[in-house]
Amino acid sequence: MDANSLHFSLELVSGLGQGMSSEQKAALRASLVLLQRDYRFTRVLFWGRIQGLQADYYIAQGCGEDQLHNRSVLYSLNCLDWSLLPPATENMILEASEVIGRFIGDPSHEYEYASTRNKADEDKADEDDPVPDEEEIKSLKEEARLVATIALIDQESAVVPRGAYVKSPHGQVELNRSFQGLSMTEARKLTNYFHCTPTLNPQTKTLEEKAELDPAIDFLNSLEHDIPRGSWSLQFEGGNTVLVLRSLLWPGLTFFHMPMTPHHGHIYIGNGQRNIDLPFML
Amino acid sequence: MSAPDYDSFSHAAPGSTMDLPPGFSFLAPGFVPGSTTTLTTNAQELSVQNAKAFLLKTSTQSGLNLYDHLGRVLTRILNERPDNVVDFFEDISKEMKWLLFHKKMDSLRDQYAVRETYELAEKHKALFLRAGGEEQEAEEEMMETVLPNVIELAYYFEQAGVGLSRDETSRIFLALKQLVESQPVQKCRFWGKILGIKFNYIIAEVEYREGEDELDQEEEAEEMEQESELKGEEEKEEPEDEPPKSTFKPPPIIPKEENRTGTNKFTYLVCSEPGMPWVRLPMVTPAQIVAARKIRKFFTGRLDAPVVSYPLFPGNEMNYLRAQIARISGGTQVSPLGFYQFGEEEEEEEEGAIRSSYEENPEFEGIPALEMVENLSNWVHHVQHILPQGRCVWFNAYQKSEEEVEEEEDEEEERDEPGEQEPEVGPPLLTPLSEDAEINHTPPWTARLSSHVVPQFALAILRSNLWPGAYAFTSNKKFENIYVGWGLKYNPENYSPPPPPVVMMEYPSGPEITEISDPTVEEEQALKAAQEEALEEEEEEEEEEEDDDD
Repeated sequence: MDANSLHFSLELVSGLGQGMSSEQKAALRASLVLLQRDYRFTRVLFWGRIQGLQADYYIAQGCGEDQLHNRSVLYSLNCLDWSLLPPATENMILEASEVIGRFIGDPSHEYEYASTRNKADEDKADEDDPVPDEEEIKSLKEEARLVATIALIDQESAVVPRGAYVKSPHGQVELNRSFQGLSMTEARKLTNYFHCTPTLNPQTKTLEEKAELDPAIDFLNSLEHDIPRGSWSLQFEGGNTVLVLRSLLWPGLTFFHMPMTPHHGHIYIGNGQRNIDLPFML
Repeated sequence: MSAPDYDSFSHAAPGSTMDLPPGFSFLAPGFVPGSTTTLTTNAQELSVQNAKAFLLKTSTQSGLNLYDHLGRVLTRILNERPDNVVDFFEDISKEMKWLLFHKKMDSLRDQYAVRETYELAEKHKALFLRAGGEEQEAEEEMMETVLPNVIELAYYFEQAGVGLSRDETSRIFLALKQLVESQPVQKCRFWGKILGIKFNYIIAEVEYREGEDELDQEEEAEEMEQESELKGEEEKEEPEDEPPKSTFKPPPIIPKEENRTGTNKFTYLVCSEPGMPWVRLPMVTPAQIVAARKIRKFFTGRLDAPVVSYPLFPGNEMNYLRAQIARISGGTQVSPLGFYQFGEEEEEEEEGAIRSSYEENPEFEGIPALEMVENLSNWVHHVQHILPQGRCVWFNAYQKSEEEVEEEEDEEEERDEPGEQEPEVGPPLLTPLSEDAEINHTPPWTARLSSHVVPQFALAILRSNLWPGAYAFTSNKKFENIYVGWGLKYNPENYSPPPPPVVMMEYPSGPEITEISDPTVEEEQALKAAQEEALEEEEEEEEEEEDDDD
């Protein structure tokens, strides 16, 4: 969610029961402004919190000219001092998916896990030594896991309403200044919410659907075809004035939008674990 | 372009002296552009063209230009001719821009779906009206009320970064007030909130005044009915031709704990939105708790929704919710050491009996927050541990069958239990949290101070890692527990439903069920002949007997 309207936005997503304490809110107000100055971001987003056993990670994102691509990710343990995280790589995400258990809260903590995934390597190694190495103990730094988790959450659960971003003819994604919010009827449909991530797996849409698309705003995937079906909980809160979308795949991710106003945003407050049991739970 | 030119252009009243080029033809019909003959000098013409060129400049941001945009806006104004256009001219301008992002696919307008909003607002308003309408009673209540000070507790939880928004808290507070006024309640507490997919549950924990509980009598009546129904069914299930009887004996049903004891110590009421009627949850049965431990389901938010799961959950979502509440309470309701103590009467009882009640310690002084954070043994559980059986007090139902006991031992346990014997024993009431076992190297609790900047006034915050969403705080003599979450236990491993039971053994193949080959015609005839002979002999014998009788 936008750092400028953080105070107001946190109140709207507090239906989850977890937010920021008043001290943290005050600290964020100061430090995010300085962050914008130091890194020369056009916009700073407060992304959320990943709870560890000993300490919590507070995450912020900074945007450059393009609102969608190349966002910088920063973390802090005390809401004041921010450190830049490296961009996530495919390999990092794969490695991090093998680590189970909770975050500790110490970025230099090394997880040790038994890798079972080197099948391609094993096939090659078979020729040299007849006994395939069974399980390899690998280590992964918590910082890398943090990077991968943030990237995964962004990929699978970050949400924007339709029309909030426009793609310019140069391919740059910008804020839509004339976005006035979805109407009450539109707000009830998952088709009007998009994954806020560069399209990775374009869905096969029917010709009829494609005919209605506007290339300037329909350049993202909608939530409608998410698998498994029903992985979002859509509710109206605050006396039917705020739409709240909660991800069931990443419990802790909350998106809010006030219909007929341009206010929207999402925040993640959770323990950084994907709900892999989701298909059993619906 | 010079400034004075621009000024004169913008101040020109439409239709009078505004100079428009001859190509300005897309305006609405009926609009008569000003006379073009005023263009006399070249200088004037040039400035107009400069101005037009400026207006036609395409925005680098949106790709629009002001000339076309103004044209569209004016067209619309002249078509619609609204009153006092000048007051909302900018709105029209904004709307025209926004319309570019909307496809006009059909002429039907969206239904204005806000009826629910009004209904909800009426309900919320009623909460306040009720409070104001009974001023006299309110004065009486100033003296003594069982209503918890939710606002104050929310203030403490806010420092911990936990809790609902302020206006939602106020609404819940008023809803609890309504509950306390309308029902004979002896104790009331805001337990927390459980999120569902469609609706959420706001949960109040109450204790009814003794003797005024409607449920006590109803329950008894229900039990009687159930028993008689069971008997009736048994009688019906005996048809004339008796099929072979099954040797399967159903496991004995473990009776539920009575109202005000064990898992049913408190009564829980839920509502989905403050202002809606409170619904009382039924009492929980051990079977429901045992089944709830085996399944992992999201709540839908509708109390009567079926729980579709394997293994089968006995009851609908109402029962599932109650079972989860019992499990969460059993695991996460904690208080500072020394706040509660055992009553003196209890101590005099036999040592074997499990103490189930406690009272507030009037001499409790409060423990400094730093000590509460550093040492988990300063926190104690004040809700009884739920045994694997699903009860707080063990019920001996398996005096003969040992298989059942073995099964129970395999079940997931809430906490580590040292040396499980045949009668299940859990940790006693008021056990320190430091005794809680780790789950997969995850410590069950995380404690911290609410503020590191000003630790003198900080609260001690306790977060459960086993039930994400369960929090407790303490400050001086105050403490409170709250749960806001999905109502699911933390599970480090992948959930996999239990496999279906083993296929039953085939019936042992013996001579009594072996099919024999059909007799041939000769054999049948031989048998018939033999039977006829036998009959004849019998008849002869009978005749002889008759002769003898005579």
